[in-house]
Amino acid sequence: MPVERLEGVHLGKAPEEVEEEVRRGVLLTTLDRAVGWARKQSMWPATFGLACCAIEMMSAGAGRYDLSRWGMELFRASPRQADLMIVAGRVSQKMAPVLRRVYDQMPEPRWVISMGVCASAGGMFTNYSIVQGVDTIVPVDVYVPGCPPKPEMLMHGILKLQEKVRTTEPFK
Amino acid sequence: MTPAELAERVRSRCPDTIVARGDVSTIVDRDDLLETLAWLRDDDGLSLGFCCSVTATDWPGSDPRLWVAYELRSIEHRHRLRVKVGLAEGDAHVPSVSSLYPTANWHERETHDFYGIVFDDHPNPRPLMLPDGWEGFPLLKTEELGGVNTRYKGAFIPPVDTRTATT
Amino acid sequence: MADAPTASASGRQTGIDAVPGEAYVDERTGELRQETMIINMGPQHPSTHGVLRLLLELDGETVIGCTPIIGYLHTGIEKNTEYRTWMQGVTYVTRADYLAPFFNELGYCLAVERLLGIEAPPRAQVIRVLMNELNRISSHLVWLATGGMELGAVSVMLYGFRERELLLDIFEEATGLRMNHAYIRIGGVIMDLPDEGVPHIERFLEQMPARIDDYERLLDENPIWLERNVGVGTLSADDALALGVTGPMLRAAGVATDVRKDEPYCGYETYDFEVPVGTGADAYTRYRLRIEEMRESMKIVRQCLDRLEPGPVMVQDPKVAWPAKLSVGPDGIGNDPAYIRHIMEESMEALIHHFKMVTEGVEVPAGEVYQAVESPRGELGFYVVSDGGHRPYRVKIRDPSFVNLQAVPAMVEGSLVADTIATIASLDPVMGGVDR
Repeated sequence: MPVERLEGVHLGKAPEEVEEEVRRGVLLTTLDRAVGWARKQSMWPATFGLACCAIEMMSAGAGRYDLSRWGMELFRASPRQADLMIVAGRVSQKMAPVLRRVYDQMPEPRWVISMGVCASAGGMFTNYSIVQGVDTIVPVDVYVPGCPPKPEMLMHGILKLQEKVRTTEPFK
Repeated sequence: MTPAELAERVRSRCPDTIVARGDVSTIVDRDDLLETLAWLRDDDGLSLGFCCSVTATDWPGSDPRLWVAYELRSIEHRHRLRVKVGLAEGDAHVPSVSSLYPTANWHERETHDFYGIVFDDHPNPRPLMLPDGWEGFPLLKTEELGGVNTRYKGAFIPPVDTRTATT
Repeated sequence: MADAPTASASGRQTGIDAVPGEAYVDERTGELRQETMIINMGPQHPSTHGVLRLLLELDGETVIGCTPIIGYLHTGIEKNTEYRTWMQGVTYVTRADYLAPFFNELGYCLAVERLLGIEAPPRAQVIRVLMNELNRISSHLVWLATGGMELGAVSVMLYGFRERELLLDIFEEATGLRMNHAYIRIGGVIMDLPDEGVPHIERFLEQMPARIDDYERLLDENPIWLERNVGVGTLSADDALALGVTGPMLRAAGVATDVRKDEPYCGYETYDFEVPVGTGADAYTRYRLRIEEMRESMKIVRQCLDRLEPGPVMVQDPKVAWPAKLSVGPDGIGNDPAYIRHIMEESMEALIHHFKMVTEGVEVPAGEVYQAVESPRGELGFYVVSDGGHRPYRVKIRDPSFVNLQAVPAMVEGSLVADTIATIASLDPVMGGVDR
């Protein structure tokens, strides 16, 4: 049965997407999607809990707000085995080199969530000893505001990151 | 002991003792500090053998400028005493009390980090809270609060201490 | 290269054919020496006690030397309070020891109230005690959860956090936040308990004792728990007093001292409760003590609920009291619409007064006080100095974890590396309080 094509109605993909797909080939886009899906399905966070946000992060991983619904209950102690770093808490000047070192030790692909206002922008501590935003040290993918953010807010941030990961092209 | 009785007892040795808002505090000279603290600790009626904290306050413009405060507590008699020592600017030395109260070790290191007061004969005079190589002593009143001069989308937000103008 | 002397891990020159770790005879002095290994534990490590760094000098598995290095969470809270008003100090101070925020707030507010010479109304005092004791339970639950997880009992972590969620629901209902509430303010508490607050707490009191029984059944005679905790991290009473240790660590050594009993505040002398004291002075005794403290806290909460009388929750003095009236609206806790109508439409003086009190705040007479409260970790003290203005002049937080951490080398040297974890878990340090 012929499908009626209505003028101006968007059916599926935008023209640019279709062009891109044609250029890359069907095999690669399927692989993109598969890899993106696999990457987001079981991200392993590295334990980088610093202060109060760390407790909310632990609550998010505990029974009520269960992060293992998204395959993330396994907080890896070693950054070599992790692909997500949730910077949870205020980063002091003394801790900043340690943060950078842990980030450098993570293998690619890696993502960073900056949890809480202290990590995102320095929070209420605009003073000599707190780094005013970890994006001055490491590249951040998702910022989660709050002081501390409820576990549901953190989950929202994680889901946003997963969307980003799913739609990122792994092979360029 | 009630604060008044405690003050009477302490006043017998340190005349500059007052009771204010339920707290007994006495001011002691730097040179008498160790002897006085030993007496306060070993006297049976006082037995102030527990040192709660050692800290300092900065009063720029007054002489002495830095005041070190020792909070002492007696577990047996359930009373407290504050011992204060005044240090002039440029002469911020005081003998370390960690030989009498081992707990003062970290307190004195922290006070040195923040105020620059040198505790003579301290067993381990290294920085505690601040990163190695930190310049300056942050909690002095003459030091700025710090924090970055935030720029956001064309606006300029100065640090907190230059912002509010209500007081 | 066989003739060149080699440097060992600790930088000392070894003999020519010595192997690091093996005993050898030093050629210069003739003494028998052995190399040790220096391991850095932290500041990022799987033990969830925050950013504590331990420099361990090991001889095989035995810890010979231990140096705690702190300061990785130094926030400059004390300096920040000097640049904000007195009431804003509550929000700073509450984030020091972030697992026991009500205690920080209470200590600070009691100190400032002593400077002002006022006392909070009776209902506010009862609510303060109520919230504090609930906070004590939630803090001990986090200790149990993280301590258990560090020793390998991962299910204890999930159970502990499950119970804690019950308490966080109560806190969220009463204060609007799960942590760092800024609920206890100078002059009282910021908001009265909601209508469903008391039944909610009563439901919690019904559920909780059975859960604590569960923990005891799970851990008390568990051979692994006993192996890892009995005789581990011993600290005698003399050492503890000399090092300034307070709280369950001191009580585990047999010294019966508790600020709530020795120097009561907020009416603690009128409550009927006991302070558990043990004699083992090891990690297992501290575990038993904290479980008992949870039970005692529930007793106090029960008494608080029984003696709640209607009344104001903020002192009535207009020069001190926080002017806003808060209530729960459609989008959360905010200013009461009737109050907003009053200041915006009805009274200019009320508006000006509200403005001045919020921006400038209370003016505290000059002086200094030291106020101690009993936090779950020990004596939490506040040394507050005022110069008569609208801002604090100096706020020093005497945090119990800071002082208790000094005792770590004394407890750990001579034991195994694995015991270090159990010791620090039994110490229950919160790095926010340690570094402030």
